[in-house]
Amino acid sequence: MEMPVPDSAVLARKARVVERLREVLPHDAVIDDPAETRAYECDALTAYRCPPMVAVLPASTAEVSDVLRICHDEGVPVVPRGSGTSLAGGALPTADCVILGVARMNDVLDTDYDNRIIRVQTGRTNLSVTGAVESDGFFYAPDPSSQLACAIAGNIAMNSGGAHCLKYGVTTNNLMGVTLVQMDGTVVEIGGGHLDAGGLDLLGVICGSEGQLGVVTEATLRILHKPEGARPVLMGFDSAEIAGACVADIIKAGVLPVAIEFMDKMLIEVCEDFAKADYPMCEALLIVEVEGSGAEIDHQLALITEIAQRHNPVALRESASPEESARIWAGRKAAFSAIGRVNDYMCLDGTIPVSELPYVLRRIGEMSKEYGLAVGNVFHAGDGNMHPLICYDANKPGDLEICEAFGAEVLKLCVEVGGCLTGEHGVGIEKRDLMTYQYAPDDLEAQMAVKDVFDAKWLLNPAKVFPLAVSEPRRGARMAAE
Amino acid sequence: MKMSMLNSEDAVAQAVADAKGPLTIRGGGTRAVGRPVTGQVLDVSGLSGVTLYEPGALTIVAQAGTPVAEIEATLAAENQRLAFEPYDLTGMLGTKGATTIGGVIATNASGPRRIMAGAARDFALGVRFVDGAGHVIKNGGRVMKNVTGYDLVKLMSGSWGTLGVLTEISLKVLPAVEATETLVIDGLTSAGAVAAMAQALGSPFEVSGAAWTDGAVWLRIEGFGSSVAYRADALTALLSKHGDVMRVSDADWTTIRDATPLHGMDSVWRASVKPSDAPALVAALPDGCTTLLDWGGGLVWIGQSGGNAAATHGTIQSTVATLGGHATLIKAPNAVRASVPVFQPEQPGVAALSTALRARFDPRGILNPGLMAA
Repeated sequence: MEMPVPDSAVLARKARVVERLREVLPHDAVIDDPAETRAYECDALTAYRCPPMVAVLPASTAEVSDVLRICHDEGVPVVPRGSGTSLAGGALPTADCVILGVARMNDVLDTDYDNRIIRVQTGRTNLSVTGAVESDGFFYAPDPSSQLACAIAGNIAMNSGGAHCLKYGVTTNNLMGVTLVQMDGTVVEIGGGHLDAGGLDLLGVICGSEGQLGVVTEATLRILHKPEGARPVLMGFDSAEIAGACVADIIKAGVLPVAIEFMDKMLIEVCEDFAKADYPMCEALLIVEVEGSGAEIDHQLALITEIAQRHNPVALRESASPEESARIWAGRKAAFSAIGRVNDYMCLDGTIPVSELPYVLRRIGEMSKEYGLAVGNVFHAGDGNMHPLICYDANKPGDLEICEAFGAEVLKLCVEVGGCLTGEHGVGIEKRDLMTYQYAPDDLEAQMAVKDVFDAKWLLNPAKVFPLAVSEPRRGARMAAE
Repeated sequence: MKMSMLNSEDAVAQAVADAKGPLTIRGGGTRAVGRPVTGQVLDVSGLSGVTLYEPGALTIVAQAGTPVAEIEATLAAENQRLAFEPYDLTGMLGTKGATTIGGVIATNASGPRRIMAGAARDFALGVRFVDGAGHVIKNGGRVMKNVTGYDLVKLMSGSWGTLGVLTEISLKVLPAVEATETLVIDGLTSAGAVAAMAQALGSPFEVSGAAWTDGAVWLRIEGFGSSVAYRADALTALLSKHGDVMRVSDADWTTIRDATPLHGMDSVWRASVKPSDAPALVAALPDGCTTLLDWGGGLVWIGQSGGNAAATHGTIQSTVATLGGHATLIKAPNAVRASVPVFQPEQPGVAALSTALRARFDPRGILNPGLMAA
C-alpha cells in the first residue's frame, strides 16, 4: 500500500513541534520516544505499520484545540485516533504526523432520560456508553463487533454500524450533536439535544468523514429504552442461495427483525470452536433476532419460522435461554478474532443489493479458486453488508499482494452489481485507491471540496479516503507552500 | 417567468450551466418557504417516475420530480411505505401542485414517525444532483449501508436547493404495519403533555407518534395486531397517573403531520428544541398564539393570526437560541419573510462553514440565493 513520502521539512521541525506541544500538554501526554510511538504504528489493519513522529493524548477540548492550532501553524499532518480498532487503516500514521489519541477523554458529561440523550467525551468506548445507562433500562443502539474496545470518536469518524442496525440504524442515525475542533483550533458546536439541523446538515457530513474534517471531542447520542426481551433463532440451509432467498422472503413478508446475520461453513466452524454456541454444522447459517414482549417474540418467530420452513432448513432452533442467546451472539461478534486465531486474513466490507447475494457469493467462491486463497463469509444479510474474510499467510512472500488483488476484485464486483466498496468500516487506506470505481472525478471533487472548506491545508488524515493521485494536487500544494 | 419543461438530468445540467442569473428551483411548487427568491424558475417536475423498486431489498429509486403520492401508491401495492411520514404544506400554504420527493428530501421534511423511525435524511440512501456550475454529481447509492466517501446525501438533505438541484433519489423503505392504535389523554398543559410523552417514549413500548394538540396528548402504537393490543394495555397502565387514557383506532395523524389546526393562520413557525424545553418556548410566546407539539415536544408548531409577526418571529428565534435548537418561519406575508431571517441564524463558526460550502457548491451564487441565509 503506497503512502506519501514523509515531508522532510516537517521531520526536521520535530524538536520544535514537540517543545511547543509540551507547552500546552502535561509531560506524559506528549510521546516522542521512538520506542513508545511504536505503540501507535497501526490500527486493526495490522498488515500496514508506520510509527508516527509524535503521539499526543489530550484530556480536554481545549487541549485538542491547542494541539491542532500548533500543528496547523507548523504545517504538521494530524491523524486522529479513537481506540485504534479501524479495519480500514483509518488511524494508520505517516512518519511525519502527530497521532492525536482521544483515549483520555472518556467521561459521561450528562445523562438525560427525559429527552433520551447522553453527552459523552468521544474517547469513551461504545459499550461503556450503554454501560452508563443500562441499570436504568436504556442502551445505545449501534453495536459494532468491536464495541468492547472501539471509541465513539472512531464510530463517528467511520459512521460505524453493527449487527442490530437493521432496526436501529447506524451511527449517523443515532448522533445528535458534536463538539468539533477544526484544524486551526476553532471549536464549533453542531447539533445538540434537538432533532435535525436548522441550516445545512453539517453533522451529517462530519459523521463518516474519517477524521478528515475535524476532531470530535464530545458527542450527544440518542439512547433508547431496552426492549422487554429479545430472542435469536438459528436456521441452517444447504446453500447460501437458499439462505439468501429466505432472507428476501422474511423482509417481503413485512417482518423486520432487529438483526439477520449470515455465516458460511468456515465461519460456523471457527466461531463454534471459539464460542461453543452449538451452531448447526451446515453450508449457510442465519441468526435472526426479534425483540419485544414474550408474546410479541413468539408471534414474530412463528411468522419467520413458517417462512424458513418453506426453504427446507436443515436446522431450525430458537434460543432456549438468555444464556444461549448470549453464546450465539458471542460467537458471531467474535467472528473476526476467531478466524484470526487460525489464519491471517483480510476483512472486506462491500455492500450489495440483497437480491444480488446469491450471485455475488457464487462469484466469490469462483474467485477463491482462481486466486488460490480460502474465503469465509460472515455478514449482515438483512442489509446486504458483506464481510468476506480472505485468508492468507503473512509469512509467505507475495501472499498479501495476491490477497489484496483478490479483495479489490470482490469490491469491484460489489460496485458492478449496484453496491458500494464499504458498508460500515470506512475507506481508510484500504479502499482508497478503489474509489474511482465507484465515483467519477466530479463526484470525488465535490467530496474534496468539503474537505477544502473544513481543512484548507489538507493536514487532517490527508492520505486517506481519496486516491493518492487524486488528492496529490491538494496535499502537494500544502508542501509547496511551506 | 417559466422555463420550458426540463425532462432529463442533462437538460437540468445544461440549464444551470447556461443560467445568467439567480434560479428558483421548483419541484411541485408546494413549499414557498424561506426568503423570497427572485429568479428564473427552474422547474424539475418533468423529471418524474420511479426508476427502480426492489421490495425485497427495501429500496426505491425515483427521479426528483416524482410526486410523493405516486411513490406512496407504488409502495402500498407491496405493503410498504415511506416510514418518515413526509409532511405536506399545501393545506397550510394554500399552494397548488403535487409534493415531490425531491422537495421532501431537499427540505428534510419528516412527520410524526421521525422520533422512532428517523428523518427523511435518514432514509435517503443516495442522490444525484446538479451543482451550481452545472456538474452532475452522485453520492451514496441504493444500498442500506454505505460509508464510501463523505455523506453528501445528508448535506443535500435539508439544503433547500442551495447546494445543488436534486435529480434522482434512492430511498430506504419499510414494511407497512398490520395495525395502528392511538391513545389519547385529554386536559393536559404543555408541561403535563411533555411529561406524559417522555414517559411513553422512555418505555419499551415503541411509540411511533407523540403529539399534543388542543389540550390532548396523542400516542400512536403500530405493528402486528397482537403486539399493538399488548403495548396499548401496557402504556395505558403506565400513563394512568397523567389522566384517563382513551383508545382511538381511527385517529387522523395527518392532522398532526401537516399541523392542520394551524391552517388558515397568517403566520406559522416550526421549531425544533429538546422536548423538555418545549413548555418554556410555549410560555415565551405572545398571547394569541396557537401551538401544536409533535415529536414528544421536540417539534413545536406555532401559529398566529393578527399580531406583529416580525416581533413574534424575533421572540421565537431568540428564545430558541437560548434554549438550543432552531426555528423556521414557514408561513408569513412576503414582506415579513423578506425582512427577517427565515431560518434560525447559525453561530458564527457554523455560519462560516455553511457560507463556504455554498460558495464551493454554487460558486456563482445562483441556486435559490438567499433562501436560507443572506
